[in-house]
Amino acid sequence: MAEEITIPGWKKWLEDIGEQVSFFIRFIKNIFVGGFEWSEFVRQCYEIGYRSMMLVGITSFIMGVVLILQLRPTLVEFGAASMLPKTLSVSFVREIGPVIIAIICAGKIASSIGAELGSMKVTEQLDAMDVSGANPLQYLVVTRILATTIMVPFLSVIGDVIGLFGGFLALNLRDHISLSLYATKVLASLDYTDFLPAFIKTIFFGLAIGFVGCYKGFHSSKGTESVGLAANSAVVTASLWIFVIDAIAVQITSLLFYK
Amino acid sequence: MEEKEAVAEPKEKKTHDKNEVVIEIIHLKKSFGSKDVLKDINLTVHSGENVVVLGRSGQGKSVTIQCIVGMLIPDGGTLKVFGEEVADLNDKELKELRMKIGFLFQSGALYDSMTVRENMEFPLTRVLKLEDQGEIDKRVEEVLEAVGLAEAIDKMPSDLSGGMRKRAGLARTLIIKPEIMLYDEPTTGLDPITSREISQLILDMQKRYKTTSIIITHDMECARITADRVVIMDDGEYIAQGSFDELHKSKNKLVQSFFKDIS
Ligand SMILES: Nc1ncnc2c1ncn2[C@@H]1O[C@H](COP(=O)(O)OP(=O)(O)OP(=O)(O)O)[C@@H](O)[C@H]1O
Ligand SMILES: [Mg+2]
Repeated sequence: MAEEITIPGWKKWLEDIGEQVSFFIRFIKNIFVGGFEWSEFVRQCYEIGYRSMMLVGITSFIMGVVLILQLRPTLVEFGAASMLPKTLSVSFVREIGPVIIAIICAGKIASSIGAELGSMKVTEQLDAMDVSGANPLQYLVVTRILATTIMVPFLSVIGDVIGLFGGFLALNLRDHISLSLYATKVLASLDYTDFLPAFIKTIFFGLAIGFVGCYKGFHSSKGTESVGLAANSAVVTASLWIFVIDAIAVQITSLLFYK
Repeated sequence: MEEKEAVAEPKEKKTHDKNEVVIEIIHLKKSFGSKDVLKDINLTVHSGENVVVLGRSGQGKSVTIQCIVGMLIPDGGTLKVFGEEVADLNDKELKELRMKIGFLFQSGALYDSMTVRENMEFPLTRVLKLEDQGEIDKRVEEVLEAVGLAEAIDKMPSDLSGGMRKRAGLARTLIIKPEIMLYDEPTTGLDPITSREISQLILDMQKRYKTTSIIITHDMECARITADRVVIMDDGEYIAQGSFDELHKSKNKLVQSFFKDIS
């Protein structure tokens, strides 16, 4: 009993991992218990998807513009200015788009889910729901995680399109290229091995963002300051997860497609 | 079941036709880390009875009622509700038990993303799984009427005052017509007049819905109004019980200290 003051860090860490695994299992189970919360799910999709669109759009646009401006001098030096659309589209669709957009979503969505559920925890709303015999996991967690899992890929597709359009405008600052030529070049340089693996990994990014936000909110402790902590650690952990998933995804895709 | 000082034997028989035991707690223990919060709690609550628990802050009053609904698992002893050991229930049985228990949180714990109406509907649609909107509306209006909040039905919780929020919380727990009500400090943080109204409301609800209640409070006025029986808790044990007047006359110093402000 006396050692409770100094629980070693690794032990806490292992406990936390165990807790996360069990939370994930409960999430999966609760998808399939009867009475899916459709209206809350739709509301969350709207909150998460629609309300992040502006932010994702602006960031992607700027990324597209900036990438062209950065790539241009180097490619021109090698006499490969005509490669600009291809270079941009491959790098944007495969890697930069999904990761940047996921990080933006981690900042916006994971933190807001963490803060919302954290404050529900602090004000005993989660306990009240649980004790009343309702199922907070089904109502709050399943809907939010599924909403992010669907909306983050959707946002990245939109972000890709806007980013590539930003690239087109940036190209036209120096050269002249028509939109139809640009689109043809972009489409010709992309095939399903660029798009599909990237799309699949954004599904996992979405899952991680929703899961981490919900987990941190549900497991925040009961002081007011813990709401901020929950939001903060949701962003940090979700961002970390995104890079880990990205690293794994790159390994898998390069094994499968780019021999 | 020894009591350090049995001030008087509870005489609940006189007021209750059914003498069924609803909650039975024997030698209940609970500790957090090395801190023993509940050491030896013994309490029997009969059907239709209002039991008020008094005790200084941090004595484990909230922990006791959290054990009753299975939010916390006791370390030892027995805790039976409707004759069933709460710690042994599986998820489904626990859920069924919770449907019979109303738990009023100190803050009211209203869902603040929903209007008052949606708050009331939530347990009806999610717990009782009612589908008939007419029936739902009827019950929502009826319960809000009962707590005097009919005109606040479309407000958000953030637009309600503390007293209104507590009433709304009460309405939301009462709407599923629980057989047991657990009140955690129902009047704390309210002015004396509103406190008295809430206490009166608790009494009315007991009469109207025939609920069995445990009421945790520091408010002696609330205890006087609502209690059929008062239990005093100190240092992880229940040290005295009896009717309000019996305890009022007690010679025990600690018991006295609760009643000293009352003429
Ligand atoms: N979940 C928990 N984890 C750890 N300690 C807890 C937990 N819940 C309660 N405690 C501790 O148990 C003790 C009793 O808490 P409890 O909330 O039951 O007191 P209380 O009698 O209700 O006091 P108050 O009148 O102030 O509400 C406190 O010291 C508290 O720190
Ligand atoms: Mg308490």
